[in-house]
Amino acid sequence: MTADIAHAATPPSPEELEPVVTPDHGPRWHRLPIVHQLRSSVGLQRAMLVTGLVLTGLFVLGATFAPLVAPYSWAQLRDGHGLFGAQLPPSSTHLLGTTVGGYDVLSRVVWGSRTALLTIVTAVVLSLFIGVFLGLVSGYFGGWLDRVLVVVADAIYAFPSLLLAIVAAIVISGGQSSMWNGILAAAISITVVFVPQYFRVVRSEVVRVKSEAFVESARVIGSSSARIMTRHVLRNSVRTLPLIMTLNCSEAILTLAGLGFLGFGIEPSSAAEWGYDLNKALADVTAGIWWTAVFPGIAIVLTVLGITLVGESLNDLADPRLRIRRAAGGKRAKGRVPDEPTNQPEEAR
Amino acid sequence: MTITNDLAADAVAPAPADDSRGRKGGGALGRYLLVRFLLIFPTVFILVTVVFVLMRATGDPITAALGGRLPPEQLHERIHQAGYDRPILVQYLDYLGRIVRGDFGTTLSDHLPVTKVLTTYGAATLELALYALVVAFLVGIPLGRIAAARRDRLPDAGLRIAAILGYATPVFFAGLLLKLIFSVWLGWLPPNGRASTRDLITMKTHGARTGIYLIDAISTGKWSVVADVLQHAVMPALALGLLTAGVFLRLVRTNMISTLQTGYVEAARSRGVAERRLVRAHAWRPALVPIITVIGLQIAMLLGGAVLTETTFEWKGLGFQLVQYLNARDFVAVQGMVALLAVIVAVTNFIVDVIAALVDPRIRY
Repeated sequence: MTADIAHAATPPSPEELEPVVTPDHGPRWHRLPIVHQLRSSVGLQRAMLVTGLVLTGLFVLGATFAPLVAPYSWAQLRDGHGLFGAQLPPSSTHLLGTTVGGYDVLSRVVWGSRTALLTIVTAVVLSLFIGVFLGLVSGYFGGWLDRVLVVVADAIYAFPSLLLAIVAAIVISGGQSSMWNGILAAAISITVVFVPQYFRVVRSEVVRVKSEAFVESARVIGSSSARIMTRHVLRNSVRTLPLIMTLNCSEAILTLAGLGFLGFGIEPSSAAEWGYDLNKALADVTAGIWWTAVFPGIAIVLTVLGITLVGESLNDLADPRLRIRRAAGGKRAKGRVPDEPTNQPEEAR
Repeated sequence: MTITNDLAADAVAPAPADDSRGRKGGGALGRYLLVRFLLIFPTVFILVTVVFVLMRATGDPITAALGGRLPPEQLHERIHQAGYDRPILVQYLDYLGRIVRGDFGTTLSDHLPVTKVLTTYGAATLELALYALVVAFLVGIPLGRIAAARRDRLPDAGLRIAAILGYATPVFFAGLLLKLIFSVWLGWLPPNGRASTRDLITMKTHGARTGIYLIDAISTGKWSVVADVLQHAVMPALALGLLTAGVFLRLVRTNMISTLQTGYVEAARSRGVAERRLVRAHAWRPALVPIITVIGLQIAMLLGGAVLTETTFEWKGLGFQLVQYLNARDFVAVQGMVALLAVIVAVTNFIVDVIAALVDPRIRY
């Protein structure tokens, strides 16, 4: 497994993620993914994108520099003056109070971002690689393998993802576990849920791309299937993936928190996890102790909000029908939209 | 979860058209329904298999539940009795055979058949899901219409941000906040449960049997009981319903915006039909059709959300019970319940697709 992850952790090269054709002129850094969108956005969409980027940036910074930001460690119960004490209201020594277990809420919120970030990255990278690989092979070769994979992916897709994640979490960790085991368990549970999404998207793109003339030409001049798949088909089939990735990041946080809330998280001594803390706060709330629940909850909301805003804005900016243009003659361009995706059923197989 | 799917669907071209779509012809509806019905079986089969393989990859459930608490000989005895020492393939075929006969296993911790667990606690989950759907409809659809009619202006921006916020808030955190505000600080609503003990007894003595407390309460004929049941339902319904409302809002908005730009609406506009009437009479109905199909996906999401909501509010339904079994490490019960839910999800999706096909002829292919 570890070998797998080490392999999967190498980020996809930028050329792979970037649209193949970029007609933009100007300095090279203007063409970097986020910078490009930031420059082309305007008005409300720019505000959404900037808000999202700021929130996401804070989250990543908090996760990276957790040891510097957090006043205490996530499992620290005492300092030089003795035990912290349980369920203390916010004060100057404990800015956000202490939990029922006697931990410092602020420290656990900050350290929780690290757990969340590690889980997201592992989950998204894993599902990206597995999903893209399966989608590519399935869409390119077709046949019975394709049919089986499509039916399996649809069956999994239609099932409540949290339940699936619970089952996967049982398998991987048998319940609670240490930090890395817990992160891996949550990440793999989320991967099980995400793979069908990447699979569906990549497969449908591959099916479309493989009938294009340039693929035909490559076949005629005798390129091998492997070369056609990686060189010609793959690079034209992954345009939408960055969008789905951002959206999946936010879903990953929610699933991790949900698992933690149900008691399938990571033990409080091994790492801080927001969902787990909310579970412990359930009893506090009835007693009117609000700080143990509100702060981890707000951390989840803001993180998911930030990532979703980035994803939404990228989505809108990538779609010329949704993009708000810089006012050219006063009125914004309002083209006809013949067939915007309407979430029509994709069943009928 | 489904909101992301729906976001993704916005971003991504619709999934590939299937082979069967090309063939049009006589008896289309009948054939579509038949094919769609037959599709239930492979779906259930795959999910049951996935769950079986995953659960058995951990080892046998008896060791998981009792390992360390029983001496090894006794443990082996129990494992042998339950047949978990047979070859895995034999166990799998045996398991499939039982499911075909409607036997989803018996829980280890309290020796109930899983189907009995469903009939005991299913009504509570059904009631919660219905309340949540009502909230989602009442909130999501009108607001989606407003957002579409005022596209890219202030109400639209505000509603979109509200919808994203609704998605970003986990159900259980929303539940905790509601609890904190309305039952702890304001003291307006009861924090937990489905009814107060006194009214529960009243319903029992009146021979209430449906398990859906609203019906039971009405059948007692006492308004105080009905009021009590409804008071208990407000917060769980809001927590779960608002999540779904955000999905509906986005969906109505996107679809109405696209129908507002279709040729026939444009034609009506050129005839001088008022903009308000365009929204109300012309663009509105076609935008509703995709909602029906999304409800199918939402049912799966509601079940997932119900697990979290029920845990937050101690609403004693399937989800609450599932978590009890999880904590007791009773994986036979978990496996059985998940498999049973797979059947339910597959069947509801079928029903929803049938309704969608009846409403919208374009789906029949």
